[in-house]
Amino acid sequence: MNPVATPFFFYLLSTLAILGGVMVIVRRNAVHSAIALIVTLLSVAGLYLMLYAPFVAGVQIIVYAGGIMVLFLFVIMLVNIDRSMKERAFNKQWWIAIAAAVALGALFVSVFVKSKGLFPERGLPLAEESNTQQIGLYLYGNYMFAFEIASLLLLVAIIGAVVMAKKRI
Amino acid sequence: MTQTIPQVADYIRILPELVLAFFGLVVMVLDPLLDDEGSRKTLGGIALLGALCGLGASLWMAQSPGLAFWNMVRVDSFSVFFHVLITAIVAVVILTSYEYMAVQRIRAGEYYGLILFGAVGMTLMSSAVELVLIFIALEISSISSYVLAGFRRREASSSESSLKYFLLGSFATAFFLYGVALMFGATGSTNITAISQALQAKGVPRLAYVAVALMFVGLGFKVASAPFHVWTPDVYEGAPAPIVALMSTGSKAAAFAVLLRVMFEINTPGRFWLIWVSAALSMTLGNLSALVQDNVKRLLAYSSIAHAGYLLVAFAAQPGPGISAAMFYTASYAAMNVGAFAVVSHFAGAEERYVTLADYAGLGRRSPLLAATLTIFLLSLIGIPITGGFFAKFYVFSAALKSGLVWLTLIGLLNSAIGAYYYLRIIVMMYMREPKGEITVRRIPASLGVALALSVLATLYLGVLPGRVLDFALRSATQLMQPHRAAITPAPTPPVGTM
Repeated sequence: MNPVATPFFFYLLSTLAILGGVMVIVRRNAVHSAIALIVTLLSVAGLYLMLYAPFVAGVQIIVYAGGIMVLFLFVIMLVNIDRSMKERAFNKQWWIAIAAAVALGALFVSVFVKSKGLFPERGLPLAEESNTQQIGLYLYGNYMFAFEIASLLLLVAIIGAVVMAKKRI
Repeated sequence: MTQTIPQVADYIRILPELVLAFFGLVVMVLDPLLDDEGSRKTLGGIALLGALCGLGASLWMAQSPGLAFWNMVRVDSFSVFFHVLITAIVAVVILTSYEYMAVQRIRAGEYYGLILFGAVGMTLMSSAVELVLIFIALEISSISSYVLAGFRRREASSSESSLKYFLLGSFATAFFLYGVALMFGATGSTNITAISQALQAKGVPRLAYVAVALMFVGLGFKVASAPFHVWTPDVYEGAPAPIVALMSTGSKAAAFAVLLRVMFEINTPGRFWLIWVSAALSMTLGNLSALVQDNVKRLLAYSSIAHAGYLLVAFAAQPGPGISAAMFYTASYAAMNVGAFAVVSHFAGAEERYVTLADYAGLGRRSPLLAATLTIFLLSLIGIPITGGFFAKFYVFSAALKSGLVWLTLIGLLNSAIGAYYYLRIIVMMYMREPKGEITVRRIPASLGVALALSVLATLYLGVLPGRVLDFALRSATQLMQPHRAAITPAPTPPVGTM
């Protein structure tokens, strides 16, 4: 398959992602922020697709745009939005944040520019097989132990959630 | 695909983790069957047994060094050292918790379960040689600590502690993960040995510096080194005292193990100034802030920041003496700090009421034994000879001097002098002030007695006969340093196309 108009879609999706990200933090209404976040997540999923990583794109949509967003919306519905909308923003240090963000961005740009030779021009040769299949093989092959031990991580998280939610322990 | 089936040796090399996780599950399963009283007694016993079996398994694991699970885990002297250290800490913390749980009227099931699961994460951090696995292990241990910090449910400060630790901790692990991702971008691998080979072969790309800095942020948070230390006093103040003992020694030891592996095995570029600045800041900020504390838990929290600083001095030194000095320091710091917090958790009483310096006035008269043990730990924290703290500081600073770090050593020595003031303040309070009001000091129960005796013994042992532990640490250091020994066994490439 030959990619069509790659730069166009890349810039389109990137712009959408950045715009969505900015909207998340500037909107007062939490529901608007949540919807803007969905826009960001979906455009990033699109970027993954452009990198021939359908599995990551699918996970991004199912887990983030699907599961986690539903959780966000639940929480937003449970808290009182009207009051928080009237409250003054308490983040008075926004200019420090902007300075830090700009500095970090400059650092990344400089790294990217100075070490251009680091990034292969065309990326790794794409395997014949689909990316999804390869991930599956790695997960149950080399990375089996990490994959299995992640279940303990989930168990600990579940226990933690139950302990936190219980009335008395 | 026969080559992708794990062998028996693979399982032996993760035996301590398996044992600890198994006992954690047993605790969780038995918990609903027992009432409050029974859960505290029985489950505490099972958890202790689990920690001891974990200790035994660590020694057994030492018999079969090597890589396991396709270069995910490496068993060498280094990881055995930290396995033994962490399981021993966990055992002593469980002994301390035994009485504490009854006094605070906390139901024990999840508590002991989470301690054991957290221990799995910590031990795994010390033997993992794959950044992805290190990240998962780090999260297992962190999430357990977040929850454990909030176990004093009746206290607002405990919830505050848990929430603060959770929010800032997640932020810090995100930094670590970002660093891992960039390291993968720079070298094309997440395996520590492969990364170090790639950096040697192809030169160090700029991206690697950024990656190292980001990973240092994440790990610096876990070891509570400045400028990532702000969470420490609040979290330590609110969390249950035995858990503070675990967090300040066990989690720290594990994080230092990862830091040692990442910094020295990868031979990371540009680590020197990063560590120099952080060490100097931690020592100075920790000691100066500790001077004005009235709450003993907060005081020990700042002292723990300062000690993270002393430890980082060893990281700036040359690898050989540096690594062994750092390992020795973690061990001796663990011995004295677990002991100190055991005393604090016993003396605090129900709802942790007595934790201010003023409460300790006259402790020497009311409970001579408790005061004497606390004095030993405090003297060790100062670094007085014949305690473990002395040799720990001695080795760190002599390693630093050998590497020509005169200024850093000077800052460290000045700070040790400042530190002596606030530790001595507690001792003066205990022995030279009249007790205000009536604080009944409970009798020391057997479990706590054993915990205190073990801590005192370990502290004095490291202070009188440091040779064996230091030799072991030196051997581990050389193993860690051998350039690309254990050439990684070729990983089975996924046989694409055959399926």
